[in-house]
Amino acid sequence: MRESTEKHWLLRPKTITLLWRVFIAILAATVIAERVVHLHPHFGFDGWFGFHAWYGFLACAAMIIFAKGLGLLIKRPDTYYGDDQ
Amino acid sequence: MILHPALILVLGALVLPWLPHRGARQAASLALPLAALWAVWQVPDGSAWQLHFLDYTLTPLAGDKLTRLFATIFALMAAAGALFALRQESRVEVPAALFYAGSAMGVAFAGDLITVFIFWELMAIASTLVIWSAGSRASYSASMRYLSIHLLGGVVLMAGIAGHVAATGSLAFTHMTPDSGASWLILAGFLVNAGAPPLSAWLPDAYPEASWSGTVFLSAFTTKTAVYVLLRGFPGTELLIWVGMFMIFYGIVYALLENDMRRILAYSIVNQVGFMVVGIGIGTEMALNGAAAHAFAHIIYKALLLMSAGSVLYRTGRRKCTDLGGLFQSMPVTAFCGIIGALAISSFPWTSGFVSKSMISQAAGDEHLQYVWLGLAAASAGVFLHAGIKFPWFVFFQKDSGLRPADPPASMQIPMILFSALCIGLGLFPAPLYALLPFEVNYAPYSGAHVVTQLQLLLFSGLAFFVMLGFLKRTLTISLDLDWFYRMFAPRLVNLLTPLLTGVIAGLERTAASVAQRAGKTLHRHHGPQGALARTWPTGSMAFWTVVMLLAWLALYYLP
Repeated sequence: MRESTEKHWLLRPKTITLLWRVFIAILAATVIAERVVHLHPHFGFDGWFGFHAWYGFLACAAMIIFAKGLGLLIKRPDTYYGDDQ
Repeated sequence: MILHPALILVLGALVLPWLPHRGARQAASLALPLAALWAVWQVPDGSAWQLHFLDYTLTPLAGDKLTRLFATIFALMAAAGALFALRQESRVEVPAALFYAGSAMGVAFAGDLITVFIFWELMAIASTLVIWSAGSRASYSASMRYLSIHLLGGVVLMAGIAGHVAATGSLAFTHMTPDSGASWLILAGFLVNAGAPPLSAWLPDAYPEASWSGTVFLSAFTTKTAVYVLLRGFPGTELLIWVGMFMIFYGIVYALLENDMRRILAYSIVNQVGFMVVGIGIGTEMALNGAAAHAFAHIIYKALLLMSAGSVLYRTGRRKCTDLGGLFQSMPVTAFCGIIGALAISSFPWTSGFVSKSMISQAAGDEHLQYVWLGLAAASAGVFLHAGIKFPWFVFFQKDSGLRPADPPASMQIPMILFSALCIGLGLFPAPLYALLPFEVNYAPYSGAHVVTQLQLLLFSGLAFFVMLGFLKRTLTISLDLDWFYRMFAPRLVNLLTPLLTGVIAGLERTAASVAQRAGKTLHRHHGPQGALARTWPTGSMAFWTVVMLLAWLALYYLP
């Protein structure tokens, strides 16, 4: 209990759980809202159900993994160019 | 006579450092950009100034809608930047920054290529001074690398302009097509300043080395002037779609790997300019409007983000994500404004980025450019990932660094609040911005479908960020880029070749010396005091040899 009074309310585990629940509810709402609005896709595939949701998620996952992989090759300690950094 | 808005800033900046009082200097640094803003709106359409130079007619001042849009945002930016930098101790930085802003405006108002070139080079010098005035060793070396790249770009541009003028006989800065060597050189010179590949590295190398206020100025002018000249010079050049697409993903991937908060934002400048370059490449009225509007919106939210980062740097002296975190508790205004900027850069609905960037995607859709559209959609999600969440999360939240710095002074808070208000204001009421665009706007950003799909794209990108947070853990690293060739490879090559070359040179010197010595000895032997050719001969021997010659001639004469 002492810890939770010291911590900012936003950092308490309870708040974080609540924030996750609200976040997931909003995610679900944005996908369901697709049923309400009138989509006007340019190509066809962008009219598939929840296209922007899973495309956004997968694109980001792919970029993170690609960056991680590239990082193995090109990351160097930040003193690499001398005390210049 | 119409005042030249750029000259107000350029000449004013030259006088500024010599004003006697600090208060006078501060007042002048705010008054000059506002005066320039007023002057921008006095410039009529068409050429206003003409000048005869050698055989050419220069047009240093010409106005139209595109010019006015860029000049307006340059002046606004200079004013907000000057306010943010009010407490800057360096007496060089703000005058240099205003000179820099004036030069950018000079490019925007230039009606001919020579004027473009002159202000282009002035911009390079003034921006170098802005970086250099941070006063650290790192900023000095970064500014020299920055200057070298920009002078190189300037030489390429000048060669292109000279070739273009020789071939066409026209100095006018209008629409060009890259179909000759000269116009390719002009395009290449423009692209260097846009941060295009292969020389993108100058931007994240140099900008973060400026002071807490210097980077705010730097983020606005060079790259956006490049966007302006591309918009005017090369709209609809298909190559630009692919150049821009590369810049977009380059910015995202490098920003994901980066640990320095201001370098994250520098990479994201390349990313955002990439969106504009794609729009210029698509080249329809919708796409060009989108690129121009995005440049306008970008200057505001990127400056806002860098003001937020600058405030953190000003208060803590730290810039690495690994050293920061938890600052929202003691810097609520800075965190709030940073988040507004982050939402705007991510094109969140009801922010300025939403009403500008979506025109570029819309144009890609209208032109049935399927892969371009898919790339832009993935990149929009990626922007939220690398700038929209990453920057505020690692600086203001994540782990608690234990730092409890206060919000910065009012002179730094006010421009942040004003620019936050502009980000939201332009998002809610895009009509005034749309009215400034070069072409008539037939676009309504707020449809139910657009808002819903954009929210899906962004929020699920956010989900990916938090689900994969372990992959994004910050490390004390930098990422290699092509600047490795001039920062590491070239110096090493020189170090390696130096002993070899000195050896070769010493050998050559020795050989030359011994050859010369031997030649000297031979000369000495024949012509020296004891030499056969230097001896004094008796007259008798002279007469003897003359007789021999005459006899020989006689003998030869009677030969058959």
